[in-house]
Amino acid sequence: MREQTKASPADEGFRKELMSVLPHLRAFARGLSGRSDFADDLVQEAAIKAWTARDRYQAGTNMRAWTFAILRNHYLSELRRNKRETDLDEGAAERMLVMEADQEGPLHLGDMEAALQQLAPERREAVLLVGASGFSYEEAAEIAGCPIGTMKSRVARARADLARMLDDDPEKMLASRSGR
Amino acid sequence: MTGTDDRSKGASERELVLNQPNGRNSAGNVRKFPPEVRPAPGQEGEPGWASGLRKLYNSVVDEPLPDSFQDLLKKLDDSDDA
Repeated sequence: MREQTKASPADEGFRKELMSVLPHLRAFARGLSGRSDFADDLVQEAAIKAWTARDRYQAGTNMRAWTFAILRNHYLSELRRNKRETDLDEGAAERMLVMEADQEGPLHLGDMEAALQQLAPERREAVLLVGASGFSYEEAAEIAGCPIGTMKSRVARARADLARMLDDDPEKMLASRSGR
Repeated sequence: MTGTDDRSKGASERELVLNQPNGRNSAGNVRKFPPEVRPAPGQEGEPGWASGLRKLYNSVVDEPLPDSFQDLLKKLDDSDDA
């Protein structure tokens, strides 16, 4: 810990900025893991890591991107350690059954969540970063530590997967919209 | 859903782009948009799941922080007040 460190204006600014991104970190962690309790643990641990590493943060750069990368890396190492995926997949599969029976209805957030959890992990991460959090491909690639082209193709595949799972008949809708 | 006729000019121009036939499922089209003109939340003319994804995400962003986060605030406070 940093008992000897006095609260500097820079630290105070950092703390405020860090606090302001917490809701986004929670949303990202929830989307990644599909579990709210696990997600909140991840966010808290990532926030403490970010705080501890605050000397490495360059003021004026993107706090959200910086903390997302920390959270993401922490999540992956926790996954490797805990192998929590197993019960997560079961829960998601259960919800998928409900979703398929209800295709006519409007899209429910539970359906969306279930579909998201069906995606391959790297596609889920990609579509969360670009499609939900609003990062650019470049920022998302940096967060995920992959080339930008890889990020683009992951997002494209995630979108196609989600469209297939969630749009009742994409081809028909497509045809009617384009007047064919 | 109504047509784009009654929308303001700026909005309908964007709708037009988004309503192009392959604007829905093909990310090849989407990737042409720079971040600042990506579809806004709840925008019409995009697949339902796309706004559903943001709704899901924003529903968490909009939640108040759980009580457990009070401890986090204290931890950070302690380490800079001490």
